[in-house]
Amino acid sequence: MQKYDALIVGGGHNGLVTACYLQRAGLNVVVVEKNGWVGGAATSRELTPGFLYSNCSYVCSLFRPEIMRDLELPKHGLQVIAYEGGAVFTRDGDYLASYRDHDSHRREFARYSKRDAEAYERYARDVTRQCRFIQPLLMRTAPDPFGFRPRDLSEFLYLAKKFGEFSPHEMAETLRFWTMSISDFLDEYFETDVIKAYLALSGIIGTALGPMSPGTAYVLLHHYMGEVDGSVGAWGYARGGMGAVTQALARSFEAVGGTIRTDAEVSKILTRGGRTTGVVLANGDEIRADLVVSNADVKRTFLKLVDEDALPGDFVHRVKHFKMRGSSGKVNIALDSLPEFPALPEGSSCLRGDMHFTDSIERMERAYDDWKDGRWSADPFLDMVIPTTLDPTMASPGKHFMSCFVQYCPPKVEGRDWTDADRDAFAETVIGQIADYSPGFRDRIVHMEVRTPREIENEVGLTEGNIFQGELTFDQLLFNRPVPGYAQYRSPIHGLYMCGSSTHPGGGVMGAPGRNAAAEILRDLKRTPEQMSKAHDVI
Amino acid sequence: MNAMTKSAAELRRAARDHILAPRLETPFHDRLMALSEVNDWYNWAGYKAPHSLFDSELEYFAIRSTAALFDISPMVKYRIAGPDAERYLNRLTLRDVMKLGVNRVHYTAWCDDHGHVLDDGTLFRLGAQEFRLCCQERHLPWLLDSAFGFTVDIREETEEIAGLALQGPTSYAVLRDAGFADVEKLKPFDIAAFPHEGSDVTISRTGFTGDLGYELFVQRAKALSLWDRLWAAGQPHAIRAIGYGALNQTRIEAGFIVANADFVTAEGSLRALRVRMPDEIGLDWLVDPDKPNFNGRRAILDARRNQTLKHILVGLEIEGNIPAEHAIVYHRKKHEAGLVTAAIWSPTAKRNIAIASLERPYGSKFTDDLWVEIYAMRELKYQKMMKRAKIVPRPFVKLARRTATPPGLT
Repeated sequence: MQKYDALIVGGGHNGLVTACYLQRAGLNVVVVEKNGWVGGAATSRELTPGFLYSNCSYVCSLFRPEIMRDLELPKHGLQVIAYEGGAVFTRDGDYLASYRDHDSHRREFARYSKRDAEAYERYARDVTRQCRFIQPLLMRTAPDPFGFRPRDLSEFLYLAKKFGEFSPHEMAETLRFWTMSISDFLDEYFETDVIKAYLALSGIIGTALGPMSPGTAYVLLHHYMGEVDGSVGAWGYARGGMGAVTQALARSFEAVGGTIRTDAEVSKILTRGGRTTGVVLANGDEIRADLVVSNADVKRTFLKLVDEDALPGDFVHRVKHFKMRGSSGKVNIALDSLPEFPALPEGSSCLRGDMHFTDSIERMERAYDDWKDGRWSADPFLDMVIPTTLDPTMASPGKHFMSCFVQYCPPKVEGRDWTDADRDAFAETVIGQIADYSPGFRDRIVHMEVRTPREIENEVGLTEGNIFQGELTFDQLLFNRPVPGYAQYRSPIHGLYMCGSSTHPGGGVMGAPGRNAAAEILRDLKRTPEQMSKAHDVI
Repeated sequence: MNAMTKSAAELRRAARDHILAPRLETPFHDRLMALSEVNDWYNWAGYKAPHSLFDSELEYFAIRSTAALFDISPMVKYRIAGPDAERYLNRLTLRDVMKLGVNRVHYTAWCDDHGHVLDDGTLFRLGAQEFRLCCQERHLPWLLDSAFGFTVDIREETEEIAGLALQGPTSYAVLRDAGFADVEKLKPFDIAAFPHEGSDVTISRTGFTGDLGYELFVQRAKALSLWDRLWAAGQPHAIRAIGYGALNQTRIEAGFIVANADFVTAEGSLRALRVRMPDEIGLDWLVDPDKPNFNGRRAILDARRNQTLKHILVGLEIEGNIPAEHAIVYHRKKHEAGLVTAAIWSPTAKRNIAIASLERPYGSKFTDDLWVEIYAMRELKYQKMMKRAKIVPRPFVKLARRTATPPGLT
């Protein structure tokens, strides 16, 4: 039986990042993936002939450029294209656009309110200040107040120093930012409904909270602290769909001798005497490894793959109560022509950006009310993009792939499991909303993939289909992510590590959890990685 | 109500096409375009503005020797009116507005609660209860929020009002020949209204050049006819249109500072330590501790009393003739003391001059033995020079004709 130095459970982007760094440090690493392809929630799949679907994650900004460079991802085919602006369509037939050009952006806001137009500067400054504070923390292991080893102390000192660079006024702002609702936060800057609705979107995407729930202001930061080539807050498309990220990672991994096994679902992580010895696959095969690193979320890892009696009771209790609630769905559509939105001027750059139909915070909050009642939102909010307007590799000329992220969508429908009929009704809600703003939309549809939390959990393995492997609220961040005392990628079982988005700094196609996990593993092995860049300076 | 809502929506819809022209053209664009020989435009607050029209060096001499016409329409303008306007502006800004007479202008600045400068600008008192505030950055939310408890109306009017600066020794002669009767009565910082095309043009004896000069404000629709009127009358007086390159030279000679060039505005700073108090950018003389309470007062007076001011803005005269733009300033060639924010060789003073921001005690206690390190790229090689710098008072160029009343014709 072959034995590996390290085995990665799940070939998502973070698992592959960890695998790459470990293999490059001289370990013999195998990635074990249940699907017939790697990628996890960052995939490009040809679900109908001629169309590549970014069928889970769909835009790219958070993926750390340090990792792209270390792992030579550009050489292995990764290209990220910045995109332009976007729009919210309003019910009165108008829209609010977002433009990259600073003055155009201001004039667009001024169509609704001169005051809001001039308030945007201060808003952008305040958000950017907070992002500048957080960005360097992404690529550092969170200090562990339970361990208090010298390194934890120095990390605490680092945090304190970073914080100390703030004026008392800014410290107060930071605490407010990490705890407020996005709605309250925006009220302090803006007066116009549609402007607030547009800016609030980033505060609730992927989160089982409404815009009026405390903690959502931080979620907005999480979406703003990415970058495309140093342009902080910018978003882009991975050329070839989000699978391009994981394909480049897989090629980088294999290029240095790593092994990937697909169609190999892990059914159990083996432990003996408090340490891991490998895994058993669903087909009964056993693979031995000194280290096992789980890319699966913390619930799946410890409640399904590890025997409960091998774990401390309090740990299990914490894992059970880690908030990882399904809140979103996805409708992926192949179109035989570019949809028209009569509200937009011809050739509008908005078509090349993100589009939405929810023009007030109140509508968003009511959409959330439906979720609380166990129903998908009757009037959902969509984050809709058409990457083929900028990426010629995903469909043939004139044809388009459209990705619609849909919120809210509950893990169970009024307490019972999803049925196919529910799924179709959910899709109709989404298509109906788009068609209200885009005449003839239905006729352009060639093929459609509808994913409720049920489909996402079944295929990708994310518990309840939660895209972040656990919500990004302050109680689940830094040394509390995923479990206090286990925030440094280690687990109660010797040799078993976590590297998924359940760990610091959280979800999104960022790669930082995977990289930080590799750093901790190598530290335990007293090895140094071949190349692991420090976080880029924020000056 | 319904009808009103609809018309607001219609107005909003009509404004959608702004994206077709991301760089707005000013009301004078047609004339500037016709005069532009070099097509050297830059983006001034979202407007297409000339950096030069034919030759910056020669445009400079139009300001200092004849008459120069400079389009200031992109400057941000707010109209502030109402029974509490004076009281409101007194709370908002550093200088005593009660001392600002009707038809007078003063240069002023305003601060946040921490005494950090939000912007500087000129305040025009057009009537007992009517003012215009001109500045570089946008402040509408700040102005509106500050109006809480005051009966005052605040309106942004940047696009509606066209502005021209007419500067130089023959600028009065141009205005006289253009038929603006009695304009010679204007003393520096005076304002008067003159009829133009069935409307009014507001002329103030102000400017950013340190020379004899005027600024003219008119409704957008009358902009081109005003230009033509000045242009025709200016021909015998060698009037030239100029771009920002030339104007910037004269403003440095006059020792004026520019927001977000010589200091970072409080709302524009991403880095908390970059903000400045008035005393740190040479604006201590604007602060009037004896007037009623104003925003930032306590912080400014505390900083003075506790001597916690961190920076100081100084004028430097630097040996040699190589402009020291953005050079690092050293004390005893060794200790970093600050940064040059603007620098030119002054054609009028025949000296190498600079404005610099120093970290106290350099510039306050240590005023001697200052040096600047100049890196001059010459044919792909840096010529590194350590040049002696001397703190000198601003303005670097002081012209008697700027204040002479009645003004001279040449």
